[in-house]
Amino acid sequence: MARYLAVRLLHAVVTVWAAFTLSFLMLYLLPGDPVTIMLGGAGGSGDASPAQVAALRSAYGFDKPVPTQYADRLWAALHGDFGTSLQTGDTVAHTFATAVPQTLALAGAALLLAAVLGLGTALVATATHSARLSRLLLTAPSVGVSLPQFAVGLVLLQLLSFHWRLLPAFGDPTGLGLILPAVTLALPTASVLAQVFAQSLADALDEPYVTTARAKGAGRARVQLRHAACNAALPLLSLGGLVAGNLLAGSVVVETVFSRDGFGRITAAAVAAKDIPVVQGAVVVGAVVFAAVNLAVDLVNPLLDPRLAQRARRTPERSSRRWLRARST
Amino acid sequence: MAESTIDLSVRTPEPAPAEQEQSPDRAARLRAGARRRLRSWLRQPGLVLAVLVLLTVLAWALAPGLFAPRDPLRADPAHIFEPPGPGAWFGTDYLGRDLYSRVVHGASLSLRAPVVAVALGLVSGTTVGLLAGALGGWVDALLMRAVDVLLAIPGILVSLAVVTALGFGTVHVAVAVGLASLPGFARITRAQVLRVLGEPYVEAATASGVRRPVVLLTHVLPNVRGPVLSLAALELGTAVLAVAALGFLGFGAQPPTPEWGSMVSEGRDYLGDYWWFTTLPGLTLALVTLSVNRIARSVTHRRTH
Repeated sequence: MARYLAVRLLHAVVTVWAAFTLSFLMLYLLPGDPVTIMLGGAGGSGDASPAQVAALRSAYGFDKPVPTQYADRLWAALHGDFGTSLQTGDTVAHTFATAVPQTLALAGAALLLAAVLGLGTALVATATHSARLSRLLLTAPSVGVSLPQFAVGLVLLQLLSFHWRLLPAFGDPTGLGLILPAVTLALPTASVLAQVFAQSLADALDEPYVTTARAKGAGRARVQLRHAACNAALPLLSLGGLVAGNLLAGSVVVETVFSRDGFGRITAAAVAAKDIPVVQGAVVVGAVVFAAVNLAVDLVNPLLDPRLAQRARRTPERSSRRWLRARST
Repeated sequence: MAESTIDLSVRTPEPAPAEQEQSPDRAARLRAGARRRLRSWLRQPGLVLAVLVLLTVLAWALAPGLFAPRDPLRADPAHIFEPPGPGAWFGTDYLGRDLYSRVVHGASLSLRAPVVAVALGLVSGTTVGLLAGALGGWVDALLMRAVDVLLAIPGILVSLAVVTALGFGTVHVAVAVGLASLPGFARITRAQVLRVLGEPYVEAATASGVRRPVVLLTHVLPNVRGPVLSLAALELGTAVLAVAALGFLGFGAQPPTPEWGSMVSEGRDYLGDYWWFTTLPGLTLALVTLSVNRIARSVTHRRTH
């Protein structure tokens, strides 16, 4: 088990490191001259003197060879230093440290909503006696993933805030004002959860233990809720990283639509201003969230599912690979 | 599901020349098959509607002038903020520009970028997956770890980083969205390549002395096609949304060029008073995405069942 933990932890660390490296390659090497881009984006268009350019270049270390730049940046990043924002002069770490809690509240509310909505849809669709209702509920998720999030947010704002004046449009970031952004952010995630849970429920209902439970006289509701649903919920856990990534990525659009401060809005503003250090910080934060949630899932999963715990103790060679090798010799 | 995928790959790749001659019997059978398919197709009203929507929008993209003769860029100060009506189907905006014309003329850009994005993701992802699956060893490990990294960063953040590096504009947005879709294609191609490499006909080709690259291109690639193209169909809907979202954030086509995402964003400031400004372009976008996804689902369904 300790070996399993160590491997998972190493995997998470490597993922974050690789994301850092990839973002370094994309943001600092791809553009040709990051200094020109930053100067072009930060408002000044061509009015920077050569001396200013040179000062900026040496301040960011662009006058050094690339491997040195990379090593310096990685070393600084390991100490939590991702550089300073070009727009505000604040450190990137501090910028995100103040922004992330707001996004966390939004994402948490959205996750709760998505879970209730998604799992509820799948449960009702499976349990109902009406074929029509079931079909309707099973097609709803595919509509949910097809709707453009920003347009959904704007239409909700328009109807509920401006037309019917039921909910505040902006301001009030924690109370009633949280409802509309959370609903907008939750929709695609709820759709994904509903699709996966409905499939996994259908699979679970085909299992022998369901037949056994029925044969022993368990009612329909008991079979579905107690026997099938519990087992069917396990695969949802492995979606954890994806869901967290979706919510974080969705915050870029949703926070812009609802003018909420947070991770997403800061990222969008940084891209608009070509604020390269902040954009890199955002990529790394995204990878950290994904890796951390996946690590947590990997750790919790064997506790919930004894079969996985058993598999974690052994480290079998992937069967396809073994088979191929056997064929090629 | 897995079984039927294998079924697809086992079918004879090339009919012998003699069989290609169309005997009257065979032609009749083909016609009957086509008629049956058309009938089962017409029984699904959702699918028919989706195809109609997509055909309309494609026609808009190909010949916008035919459907909306008014200039999408011409301002008309006398008719600002006109609600939808017979004169202007989608109303007019803050400059008096006809929104219907703008939506029609925006179709070309709004669709071209996602198609380019998926094509880029398809070609690059398939190449990576093919190399990884075929070469194996450290190449496989290296390529797939790189793909894993790309998967670990949420797609929109990858796209935003690319857009920051390359600059704004429709082409760069297409590249950015394409890169974000690479991992999916690479993974599915690799899995399929590994499956096909174990098939007897690959072994037969190798045994009869066909060189490895030729085996890959003529025997492996054609048999990997099905699932990969299904994924491409599904990715197209995602790409339409991603391109529109980047356009909405202001990183795509710059105003006054009509593009659906940026049109919705332009209407944001007038949300309370002029509903049509954001709602109608947004609705068009939603309808198109729904249609693309509906068609993609039926294509995937046909392939797997």
